[in-house]
Amino acid sequence: MRKEIRFAGFGGQGVVIAGKILSIAAMMEGKSVSHIPSYGAEMRGGTANCSVVVSDDDIASPIVVDLDICIALSLPAMLKFEPKIKKGGLLIYNSSLISDKPKRDDIETVAINANEISAKHGSTIGVNMAVLGLLVKKVPEIAKLDSLTKALDEAISERGKKHNPVNIAIMKDAYNLIP
Amino acid sequence: MKKKILMRGNEAVGEAALLAGCKAYFGYPITPQNEIPEYLSTRLPERGGVFLQAESEIGAINMVMGAAAAGVRTMTTTSSPGMTLKQESISYLAGNELPCVIVNMVRGGPGLGNISGAQSDYFQATRSGHGDFRSIVLAPENVQELADHTIKAFELSDKYRMIAIVLGDGYLAQMSEPLVLPDPVKSAPERSYALTGAKGREQRIIASLRLIPETSLDAHNHDLQKKYAEVKKNEVLFDTYKTDDADYVLVAYGLSARIAKQAVRNLRNSGIKAGLFRPITLWPFPSDQLEALSKKTKKMLAVEMSMGQMVEDVKLSVKGNVEVDFYGRTGGMLPEIDKIVERVKSYE
Amino acid sequence: MSKIYEFPKSMNNVPTHYCTGCAHGIVHKLIGQCMDELKIVENTIVVAPVGCAVLVYKYFKADGIESPHGRAQAVATGITRVHKDKIVMSYQGDGDLLAIGTAETLHAANRGEKMVVIFVNNAIYGMTGGQMAPTTMAKQVTSTTPNGRDTDETGHPIRGCELINSLEKPYYIERCSIHDIKHINKTKEAIKKAFEYQKEGKGYCFVEILGMCPTNWGMDPYSRTAINWVKDEMVPYFPLKLFRDKGVRTNA
Repeated sequence: MRKEIRFAGFGGQGVVIAGKILSIAAMMEGKSVSHIPSYGAEMRGGTANCSVVVSDDDIASPIVVDLDICIALSLPAMLKFEPKIKKGGLLIYNSSLISDKPKRDDIETVAINANEISAKHGSTIGVNMAVLGLLVKKVPEIAKLDSLTKALDEAISERGKKHNPVNIAIMKDAYNLIP
Repeated sequence: MKKKILMRGNEAVGEAALLAGCKAYFGYPITPQNEIPEYLSTRLPERGGVFLQAESEIGAINMVMGAAAAGVRTMTTTSSPGMTLKQESISYLAGNELPCVIVNMVRGGPGLGNISGAQSDYFQATRSGHGDFRSIVLAPENVQELADHTIKAFELSDKYRMIAIVLGDGYLAQMSEPLVLPDPVKSAPERSYALTGAKGREQRIIASLRLIPETSLDAHNHDLQKKYAEVKKNEVLFDTYKTDDADYVLVAYGLSARIAKQAVRNLRNSGIKAGLFRPITLWPFPSDQLEALSKKTKKMLAVEMSMGQMVEDVKLSVKGNVEVDFYGRTGGMLPEIDKIVERVKSYE
Repeated sequence: MSKIYEFPKSMNNVPTHYCTGCAHGIVHKLIGQCMDELKIVENTIVVAPVGCAVLVYKYFKADGIESPHGRAQAVATGITRVHKDKIVMSYQGDGDLLAIGTAETLHAANRGEKMVVIFVNNAIYGMTGGQMAPTTMAKQVTSTTPNGRDTDETGHPIRGCELINSLEKPYYIERCSIHDIKHINKTKEAIKKAFEYQKEGKGYCFVEILGMCPTNWGMDPYSRTAINWVKDEMVPYFPLKLFRDKGVRTNA
């Protein structure tokens, strides 16, 4: 198994940390991972993205070329990366902020109202947690929900740890969205 | 077994420097390596070390020279335009035979270029500064090696009283990968040259000006060359992947080598006997090993994130035994696996 | 019978490499005497510049290092930060300190690095053969200003002490001259004070010394021409004064 994943959205939606949590979760399960954020001047323009490669074998090239999965949290993110998903790939998009429908019919698309799910738990910044919960339900071979919640502990700084129970609740809620 | 942690390349360098016993860090902000000084700005003073943000790259490398002369393990980190600014004192450090570590997270050029990862500093790493001198250059390909090579750089630097450069790139700097932290280095060598105050002994002088006949520049340069020959004999590092029966050998270092490795796998899947030769020390370059390989290879392809720099050393190494082709992308555009595969297939 | 003069114990008895009538020899001796009186030579690390004083370390029984042109105070920063208990002296000329090394100078001063800076200002590049320096006087003839320094083209001479004095952290700043015995003695006091402050672990001490370069000024070293030129041309533009002394309470 080798999965090439891209998280993309506005700066501040936590796409880079989402990628990191997923990477740690997969690492805890003994998989090879590589996480590359967009950085520098790219970060200042309001869009942010990161790529994650998860593999059962060692990762030779950590560079995303055949995008298996894209998680788009904003419209510009979806417009940019939807065309880059490989045939038969998966697009998870945040329908709270994206009213447009995806155009491709050769990929699987899943909408998630991530802002509402986050808000339901009293958080304005749990959008990334929601999509992570959904992602591991859809593609369990990347990581299990259990690993994801454990990874939170390692990825989040001491200062942010108090939010972890809420973050876990958001993840679980999204995880249970689909059968 | 030690626990794996997910760590960003830059932070791995910072942590490795601490484990190596680095006591003084001087740097100047430049993307994409800023997480190194940020990391050390808290961690180094905690351990009683010196952290100082200098007024310039030139200031930083000269502070490194001062700290090296004072007798401690010291480091600066930068990215390409900053490395250019440091060249002046790199030559002085070499002339003074002072050890230090320089990490260069290469970005695209020329000029301001961009901040994406690149490998276009091969020349200024392996052929830097004015005068006849060499620096040891290590080229890691992943976060684990970034940490391991940082420690190795400190050790080689002290062993030979030379500059050791860790040549990364913007991608390696920014990417996070699982890492097993290396063991801390316990001892550093005795430094008979260190300036510690001439109490109860003769004064010590560290100087690169050589006007006096008996310690002339010519003799000094011959001594340096003898030392460099020792390094060449003892410290060459390289890696091979499926080269034993390879008709075609890709030559690549750092991140390019990982891309090339995937291309080798794809080529093998389609029945073509491809292999990968990865120089790990860019100086000393593994010339002999590459020459030996060239005698049983049909063609070589150098793959770089540059317009072709290392390829010159590849050509020099193979001594005309085999044709050396080149494929490179620059400025954040990475070599494409499919293009490599296509190119090698065209040799058939 | 008491001894009234001896060669400083802190100095190496080696032949001088400086020209006849050069300022550096006098300044070196003053430093050597101060080192003797304060017994600090074994605890001092000398940082040499590029310029005529590149070999300054060979005159003292102290550890020493050369620096690239202009970078002496950055090198000294590296040393003083590592060796907090040592006295670090950066010895520099005008081209080194105020042209190619301006950034290193101002930032070391601004950080208040614990070091003595001895700045010998002779208004010319000596070692390279008498070119215009940042402190070359208006109308002064040099090998690159054959018709005299044209301030419309090249600006006016830079006043080092005044620049340093605009910063918060420097501890002690004084400009001296060595054009006569009285001023030589005053210069020694300034150098000694700067070293005393280092011994006490105080901050950045900057002593500028106006001096002669008869060779590159094209003057006879055996007459008083060069000495008088310092007094009559340089001193009026570079006022001799104590700019700052944090070790002394100022009168309220």
